[in-house]
Amino acid sequence: MKSFTYERATSPAEAAAKAARTPGARFIAGGTNLLDLMKLEIETPPHLIDVNGLGLDKIEATDDGGLRIGALVRNTDLAADDRVRRDYGVLSRALLAGASGQLRNKATTAGNLLQRTRCPYFYDTGQACNKRTPGSGCSAIGGFSRQHAVVGASTACIATHPSDMAVAMRVLDAQVETVKPDGKTRRIKIADFHKLPGSTPHIETALQAGEFITAVTLPKPIGGIHVYHKIRDRASYAFALVSVAAVIQPDGTGRVALGGVAHKPWRVEKAETDLPKGAKAVMAKLMADATPTPENEFKITLVERTLSAALMDARA
Amino acid sequence: MASPIDISPNRRDLLITAGAAAALSSAATATAAQTAEVSQPVISKISFSVNGADQALELDLRTTLLDALREHLHLTGTKKGCDHGQCGACTVMVNGKRINSCLSLAVMHDGDEITTIEGLGTPDKLHPMQAAFIKHDGYQCGYCTPGQICSAVAVLEEIRAGIPSHVSDDLNAAPALTADEMRERMSGNICRCGAYSNIIDAMSEVAGATA
Amino acid sequence: MKFDTPATTNPIDQLKVVGKPTDRIDGPLKTTGMAPYAYEQHEAAPNAAYGYVVGATIAKGTIAALDLSKAESAPGVITIVTADTVGKLDKGNFNTAKLLGGPDIQHYHQAIALVVAETFEQARSAAGMIKVRYTKARGEHDLEAIRTTATRHKDSKDSLVGDFVGAFSAAPVQLDVTYRTPDHAHAMMEPHASIASWEGDKLTLWTSNQMIDWGRGDVAKTLGVPKDNVRLISPYIGGGFGGKLFVRADAILAALGARQAKRPVKVALPRSFMFNNTPHRPATIQRIRIGASKDGKISAIGHENWSGDLAGGGPEDATQQTKFLYAGANRLITTRLAVLDLPEGNAMRAPGEAPGLMALEIAIDEMAEKLGLDPIEFRVINDTQVDPENPARPFSQRQLIKCLQSGADRFGWDKRGEPGKTRDGRWLTGMGVAAAFRNNLTMKSAARVKLDNKGVVTVETDMTDIGTGTYTIIAQTAAEMMGVVLDKVVVKLGDSSFPVSAGSGGQWGANSSTAGVYAACVKLREMVAKSQKFDPAKTSFADGKVTSGRKSIDLGKAAGVSGMVAEDFIEFGDLGKTHQQSTFGAHFVEVGVNVVTAEIRIRRMLAVCAAGRILNPKSARSQVIGAMTMGAGAALMEDLVIDKRHGFFVNHDLAGYEVPVHADIPHQEVIFLDETDPMSSPMKAKGVGELGICGVGAAIANAVYNATAVRVRHYPITLDKLLKDMPQIA
Repeated sequence: MKSFTYERATSPAEAAAKAARTPGARFIAGGTNLLDLMKLEIETPPHLIDVNGLGLDKIEATDDGGLRIGALVRNTDLAADDRVRRDYGVLSRALLAGASGQLRNKATTAGNLLQRTRCPYFYDTGQACNKRTPGSGCSAIGGFSRQHAVVGASTACIATHPSDMAVAMRVLDAQVETVKPDGKTRRIKIADFHKLPGSTPHIETALQAGEFITAVTLPKPIGGIHVYHKIRDRASYAFALVSVAAVIQPDGTGRVALGGVAHKPWRVEKAETDLPKGAKAVMAKLMADATPTPENEFKITLVERTLSAALMDARA
Repeated sequence: MASPIDISPNRRDLLITAGAAAALSSAATATAAQTAEVSQPVISKISFSVNGADQALELDLRTTLLDALREHLHLTGTKKGCDHGQCGACTVMVNGKRINSCLSLAVMHDGDEITTIEGLGTPDKLHPMQAAFIKHDGYQCGYCTPGQICSAVAVLEEIRAGIPSHVSDDLNAAPALTADEMRERMSGNICRCGAYSNIIDAMSEVAGATA
Repeated sequence: MKFDTPATTNPIDQLKVVGKPTDRIDGPLKTTGMAPYAYEQHEAAPNAAYGYVVGATIAKGTIAALDLSKAESAPGVITIVTADTVGKLDKGNFNTAKLLGGPDIQHYHQAIALVVAETFEQARSAAGMIKVRYTKARGEHDLEAIRTTATRHKDSKDSLVGDFVGAFSAAPVQLDVTYRTPDHAHAMMEPHASIASWEGDKLTLWTSNQMIDWGRGDVAKTLGVPKDNVRLISPYIGGGFGGKLFVRADAILAALGARQAKRPVKVALPRSFMFNNTPHRPATIQRIRIGASKDGKISAIGHENWSGDLAGGGPEDATQQTKFLYAGANRLITTRLAVLDLPEGNAMRAPGEAPGLMALEIAIDEMAEKLGLDPIEFRVINDTQVDPENPARPFSQRQLIKCLQSGADRFGWDKRGEPGKTRDGRWLTGMGVAAAFRNNLTMKSAARVKLDNKGVVTVETDMTDIGTGTYTIIAQTAAEMMGVVLDKVVVKLGDSSFPVSAGSGGQWGANSSTAGVYAACVKLREMVAKSQKFDPAKTSFADGKVTSGRKSIDLGKAAGVSGMVAEDFIEFGDLGKTHQQSTFGAHFVEVGVNVVTAEIRIRRMLAVCAAGRILNPKSARSQVIGAMTMGAGAALMEDLVIDKRHGFFVNHDLAGYEVPVHADIPHQEVIFLDETDPMSSPMKAKGVGELGICGVGAAIANAVYNATAVRVRHYPITLDKLLKDMPQIA
């Protein structure tokens, strides 16, 4: 871990401005991913801005009947919130499927969105990685790819996004509220928040330099049956091979998003019109142009079967 | 080595800096490639309470809570198994909640109340969970054990507090004190010796539950 | 004491203390965090500097350039150890690769430097500043690809009995299948760690090591110093499983760092480094052929095994159990070793038998199905009470059939359904069984026993407790022998200044080390008796008193003011040659396989073991359930994945190399059959620590087959290998 300087932020806008002024500075909240990466010198920020004291740890009702989740709300607290459990079950389930109790007590809502990939080649500084060192190549391509992306990947990167929470946020049409270094705020649709790798896999989100997440908002509840199926070899404390977040209405319509298959939470809205026809019908558009490797093509079968079961459950 | 800078726990405008930091460019870009290096370790004063005793330390900012406990306070009951949040051996309670102390900077715990295995009980005055681990042989090599016990104590509290888990059937109901609930919630504590079955027996006894 | 005739009645048979399910005497220290492990000796080495290891990032080649300049001038750096700074380094007898590489690199993450600094943070940071340029060399990283180049290792013996080829081809029912097991990591919870301190030319190493005397010898040999100048101290060991049998880079680098820094140095291997830096259990390819008559009698059994290792290394001999487990007149059992440029392979819990039974016991299940026999019945038909290769040599004890049959009753084996036919909601369920087998090894083991004037018995031996319960069973042994309560016994372990013990490995530790304590206690009893002019043969030790006829005296009083000290060892004669000594068991497992996702979850586990006298049923049971858990990992998730282009294990952390967590393991049940084995030692005990992992993987595999009707022969059995054959989802 390289040396850094440290400050405690006094306000979101000031934090953003300071980050923009300080090249390489990082915000630190739970720290569960950032410190992990700093120890391996995959992240080498010269300056840390501790945002824990900003009071962004509340979950509030919004005027349009939704919820505004402070950026610093811990994963445990969000999953256990009565309103989330009642109205956004998919989110509670996704959070509880992730990490461990200890990590959920530390990890924050914003930090969870900003998690970096768990690709083992990204984690090994002895190996080439375009995400870690742009232009160095991708060791995962042609290497061990069982965990890797099957859709939306590029010739520069086949990493997946590791978050469970973000997949539920995607299916719920969440929005990310930010403040920019100039003090202006904006809302970014979750659909636009995470990027596909393309030729710039080191650019993972729509955030600009210094831009700081203050909250994530959820629209008013949409009812329906909420499911989050996370499939993994180990029964707990493991990243998803595949996860399926779905909200299914009594008439069979609904929404579905996937984890573990792409560089971002994967949702194809136009595929959802086929949900009443069943999983097979949805798959054609949902997984169009998939580029699996022999080691991870099972993920496509797994998605279809899991979605199929989720639809059956919702009908039952 | 940089000279320590006074930090009081309640100051909100705290800034810890080193000589090199003043030379940082003001050009606003967030790419890691263009960052300036901080050439000297930055030292800060940190105060927190551990097992009820106030502690004041001067630490390299990079010091994790885990290393502060083990290497500076010599409270070596909290173990370093992986240093990356992948095993749970470093589990401690901070302000009543269990966390991985390896993935937390000591400086971020200024003013916190920390409880480690040494604060739960001693060989002469065991915590009921410690006694139950001995009775049910819920450990072998003993290295993950302090983390398991800290987690076990916290897990029973979490269930009592109504926090749901991945295996809770009904999200809107209070979770039950079942073996399955305990197993899921304890899964962030790896025991390679494989004492899991006995650990759940120990926890069940303390919880008064039927496994 | 030489043990060369079967044990007769002795004081251990009283079973007042031995054989009782006693809580571990080290429990209060371990559960309160007060037991100090290798890296935690702050009082012994208060001014230790911190060492951080740098590893190579190529599999094979040489260092073309090593630039230390930035690291050397980094804050807090005291010194940097490299191959260039240490002079000539030898290699330990038990190491295959060098513990400090450079300029030649033999494997990925081979240590090439140690940065010593004032603080851990400074050492780690400076380690990242070392720049290395390599010249890569081509290496072999794929066992499958070079399997045909494999040869017989000098220590491997082919077992060729009768006419295997003829008998197999003539057999009415034949099975010819190939199984694969991957490389496995020990992944013990405590990383390898050492603190080194020199006083003049004398080195003290607080380290985490299972075999103190081997370690002492190899440290001395590597550093080129007399063995007498090296002291190893290892009172608590955070798991080993074979991964700490031998000296590793942490110990040697700490010693070299301390010599260079002229002060104590502490080194722990970072977790992400352990998977490629330290040894692993090598992968195997196993071809098994079984020929049998229609009524299930095996006429031909063939087991051919291939594994790989660095040049100079050894095989993972997965055929060991096949030599002994089943009858059959015609036998072909061979093991072959290929040269692979991967990290060093070496012993992990039940080397040989663990992966061997993962294959053999599926094959038995497959053959039973072909024959239309219950797999337990098939095993019963082919049981043998003698060494099949040498029928003149009986087993000292062999209760395999009883293990299987009593386990079947207990588990409800009769409720097992047809493959793929049993449903529980969304889960397909199935049961599996496998035999457990592990040879009983014995090792010379010494101990010193002191008796003071308060009647306190102190045992000193360099034996280690790696979680096995050694502290407790040694205390029980001494208490039984000297007729005192457990509280009157103090056990001191893991210090090379104590008499040399068997150490912890090969499941020989419990039986051999307690037998060594027994021998020392026999001597002490004689001293005590003689001091009172009692006839040792007619003297009893009980309730803290020494009694002969009507004369009785408190033990402490008999010891006199200055106390008494006795030292002896146990060494073993030919009973292991005249009698095949093995431990047996049966594993029963029920699994559920999710009909949608093919996720596999274990529902029930039972092991029935016959392993001689069980010295402490509580800690012995823990050994077995722990081994069952590790076996569950091997069956369902553990897989050190090789990048065959770059020659390293890719998933080198505890997130990538998955081992079982709480949620994977149900309540586990263990039954020990009543057994004493007078051929094994005066303790009449054998080992259980490795027996528990032997066969459990196959029992799980067979249960998955019974649940799904899909046979997977390539471990780990993960959902992707089942998915295409799972039932359609409507």
